[in-house]
Amino acid sequence: MSLIQEIDYGTPVSKAEKTVTLTIDGCDVTVPEGTSLMRAAMEAGIQVPKLCATDMMDAFGSCRLCVVEVEGRNGTPASCTTPVAPGMKVSTQTERLKAIRKGVMELYISDHPLDCLTCAANGDCELQDMAGAVGLREVRYGYEGENHLGKAKDVSNPYFQFDPSKCIVCSRCVRACNEVQGTFALTVEGRGFDSIISAGTSFDNFFSSECVSCGACVQACPTATLEEKAVVEIGTPEHSVVTTCAYCGVGCSFKAEMRGEELVRMVPYKDGKANRGHSCVKGRFALGYATHKDRVLNPMIRDHHSQPWKEVSWEEALSFTAAKIKDIQAKYGRGSVGGISSSRCTNEEVFVVQKLVRAGFGNNNIDTCARVCHSPTGYGLNSTFGTSAGTQDFDSVEDTDVILVIGANPTDGHPVFASRMKKRLRGKPGQPGAKLIVIDPRRIDLVETPHVKADYHLPLKPGTNVAMLTALAHVIVTEGLVNESFVRERCEWDEFQEWAAFVAEERHSPEAVESVTGVPADLVRKAARLYATGGNGAIYYGLGVTEHSQGSTSVIAIANLAMATGNIGRKGVGVNPLRGQNNVQGSCDMGSFPHELPGYRHISVDAVRETFEDLWGVTLDKEPGLRIPNMFDAAVEGTFKGLYCQGEDILQSDPDTKHVSAGLAALELLIVHDLFLNETANYANVFLPGSTFLEKNGTFTNAERRINRVRKVMAPKNGYEDWQVTQMLAQAIGMDMNYAHPSEIMAEIAATTPSFANVSYELLDEKGSVQWPCNEAHPEGSPIMHVDEFMRGKGKFIMTEYVATDERTGPRFPLLLTTGRILSQYNVGAQTRRTGNVVWHDQDLLEIHPHDAEQRGVRDGDWVKLESRSGSTAIMAKVTDRVAPGVVYTTFHHPMTQVNVITTDFSDWATNCPEYKVTAVQISPSNGPTEWQEDYRELTMESRRIVPAEAAE
Amino acid sequence: MERDKLVYMANQIAKFFESAPEGARSKGVADHINKFWEPRMRTQLFERFDAGRTSEMNPLVLEAMDAIRRPEAPQSSGAPNQGDPSLA
Ligand code: SF4
Ligand code: SF4
Ligand code: SF4
Ligand code: FES
Repeated sequence: MSLIQEIDYGTPVSKAEKTVTLTIDGCDVTVPEGTSLMRAAMEAGIQVPKLCATDMMDAFGSCRLCVVEVEGRNGTPASCTTPVAPGMKVSTQTERLKAIRKGVMELYISDHPLDCLTCAANGDCELQDMAGAVGLREVRYGYEGENHLGKAKDVSNPYFQFDPSKCIVCSRCVRACNEVQGTFALTVEGRGFDSIISAGTSFDNFFSSECVSCGACVQACPTATLEEKAVVEIGTPEHSVVTTCAYCGVGCSFKAEMRGEELVRMVPYKDGKANRGHSCVKGRFALGYATHKDRVLNPMIRDHHSQPWKEVSWEEALSFTAAKIKDIQAKYGRGSVGGISSSRCTNEEVFVVQKLVRAGFGNNNIDTCARVCHSPTGYGLNSTFGTSAGTQDFDSVEDTDVILVIGANPTDGHPVFASRMKKRLRGKPGQPGAKLIVIDPRRIDLVETPHVKADYHLPLKPGTNVAMLTALAHVIVTEGLVNESFVRERCEWDEFQEWAAFVAEERHSPEAVESVTGVPADLVRKAARLYATGGNGAIYYGLGVTEHSQGSTSVIAIANLAMATGNIGRKGVGVNPLRGQNNVQGSCDMGSFPHELPGYRHISVDAVRETFEDLWGVTLDKEPGLRIPNMFDAAVEGTFKGLYCQGEDILQSDPDTKHVSAGLAALELLIVHDLFLNETANYANVFLPGSTFLEKNGTFTNAERRINRVRKVMAPKNGYEDWQVTQMLAQAIGMDMNYAHPSEIMAEIAATTPSFANVSYELLDEKGSVQWPCNEAHPEGSPIMHVDEFMRGKGKFIMTEYVATDERTGPRFPLLLTTGRILSQYNVGAQTRRTGNVVWHDQDLLEIHPHDAEQRGVRDGDWVKLESRSGSTAIMAKVTDRVAPGVVYTTFHHPMTQVNVITTDFSDWATNCPEYKVTAVQISPSNGPTEWQEDYRELTMESRRIVPAEAAE
Repeated sequence: MERDKLVYMANQIAKFFESAPEGARSKGVADHINKFWEPRMRTQLFERFDAGRTSEMNPLVLEAMDAIRRPEAPQSSGAPNQGDPSLA
């Protein structure tokens, strides 16, 4: 194994189709028009010395190290800023060029500390490399002159440091922050010799500035000026392995750079097709949880959750568990046990869990945490298009003219994709930026961020998405903006006509629903016109759409809009669900829903069951099993007694905590398979330690249906990869399951699931990644779906009647609470709370409009009591006009906040996806945590007691 | 009074299919329930229906009852589908 070195071509690739042929140092090179001389040379294998250029961003031309000579032209142009021209004859190495370069390097080095031997970047420094490349042997100016040495380091960021004395002011960091990340946190201050890099204003450091710690500047820096603290501490890595981030649904590719079994750093991989070399703070830096002291590494059992835990051997834990499962099934029936698979685990692990439940437990009581986030996406897109997935790849955004974001907050939830989106919104010379429509109760960052401003922000009331989307359709139909030729050719025409007549009814007009949505009709009309007529229109949506009692209806309404305007089936358009967790798509694909076998095929279809029955040698139940909320109901009723919960903290993440805890407490067996003693484990009597993504092989499928490899870089600290743990449990209950490697599981998936037929580890290693469907019809996968026809044949328009949620405000609960997430934390925070990321978000805050705050005598930073029909909790207030009057907002990253004590058990009509996004609440001043929170803290402490295993004799 | 969650959910489904084209309404409700409701829930729905506790039910749900599959024998009678646990 060695360190993977990616080629830096110096400038970005040109997308031009026309090519140009020229000669560089006597070699003929053919490249796309618009390519720089530097890149063309590199394509021919000739590396022109450079410092200020790198291929992640546009050339700047400041260092003058990359000069070349061009026959017939005067002077020495910079190769990074000079485009190719047909027939050019270029020389990259002449006496004149050598002298210029030496001179340039001499100046740089005279102002640079010469402590290379003790520098963290020693061996990984472009300045060092270039000094060598140009043959610099002496510095005539001496080192005594005025210089920048000895300046104080800025170590305020938890993950990287800034050492200004090593800065060569190449401005790569500034451009990375502007062009790649889009945060514009850095500037070059001062002029000429005095210029320095500054984060924020001159009073700021990196931490207090706008910096979001994405790491793009660190990556871009050619010197040790911006350097990971881990490299400073550990040293440079010696080998690396390409793997996939385990946090969000963007699915960024990283090189895990290692020294032995120690992870030194994660570096975004330029060939990663989801992230194209970019990263966010979570995937790049928040890895500390993998080695955190809280990780539980030994299996534990107890007879009842009121007792302390007892550490035991794997054999003992598994036989204890298997005996309980057997016992429960004998007493209460085959259907009294079930499992929940995790959207954080690999496809292979999820597949094995559903197999354990269906073939081993003999029922279909298998669900996944995707239930509580994106199940409506599955239902809605399947009903209209015929498949439960987004239609595009992320690259598609580069061809979009109008971006419509609804119920998603990409800069926080899907940061790397948000950076790509912002890049398209800013545009570039010759290509004006895309237009932007944001439909969200809250003024999310995207509405106004440096060099991006939404054309329309529609701040609707929580819970009125369907009314809004149908009003948009009303405008499109009644103003004659339908793409009729597309609809006639691609969709069911009769159904379209019925739908068109329905949405055209006056009661769906923006004017008629204004009182419901709270958005001025005029704004809605303008937004609809822009989406329908502005060119390629693409819709991106998130949990703000799905987590409602009409979540599935909203997804259908979105699909209707895309079909009516012909925005389906090519680059730049489409319907794109932004998935929360890394493998939400994959866990749905892998048959984690109780009514569906892998590949979204209903359990009642005989032929589908037979495929698996033949292979597994069992008879499968043809009835759908329990969904997660049904499991809690059945547990409270006493018919559901045993649950295997893989890598999910249902107690913290599911709504109506009191109902969930009552359900969990009623179980006779609760197996928690996780990295940490999570909140759910308070009620568990078996704990099976899990492994991190760094410790396993497998695949994740991101929001673009892209199957990415996860590669093991260190041995599992708990002894086993998660699929092995499930397999041992399966063996313990008598199943014949003997996979030697996850690739064998993938082979079984491919053999049984038509949309995965061609997927194999060999293909993934060869291509880097593929997007399903990947089969005979699409041998290398499908970046864009529904190109010539919909998966279901003709697109289906479905009527979307707005039904107000029954969770309404009234005199007792006059405010609407909606929930979301922030950049530095992830989901219930079990991982991110155990990393340096806590410096950005040490507790959940309640955002409240100044008007509502004043009425209640609440000031910024006060503790307030947040009360709903379900319960109450206490939380600190943040007064801000980001939220509209009447709306309050919070995140749910910290267990003590217990936001889900507040949320209700209302859920989506089609999928039972809980209605997290709307709860009627009241707020009043308070002194601190509520009684429930205090009791809960106590319970948690109690239930986490561990008695270590007795030492062997 | 606690709302009857099961009936509430059935009514939610009915509400959606109320706007479906003529002829696809009660069928839509029945199909949906057959596809997604596990036997326990369908049994509980029939218990209410058979006992005449239908006053809270949306008319479309009532219309759909005919086409909703009655669960076969409850799952608790089935034998576990597994061999002898080797480690137990
Ligand atoms: S910090 Fe690094 S990237 Fe930024 S200007 Fe200085 S040397 Fe260049
Ligand atoms: S870490 Fe990212 S956001 Fe922060 S300054 Fe660097 S590029 Fe900008
Ligand atoms: S955007 Fe998502 S996948 Fe990419 S690094 Fe961040 S958390 Fe990981
Ligand atoms: S690399 Fe071209 S001017 Fe710096």
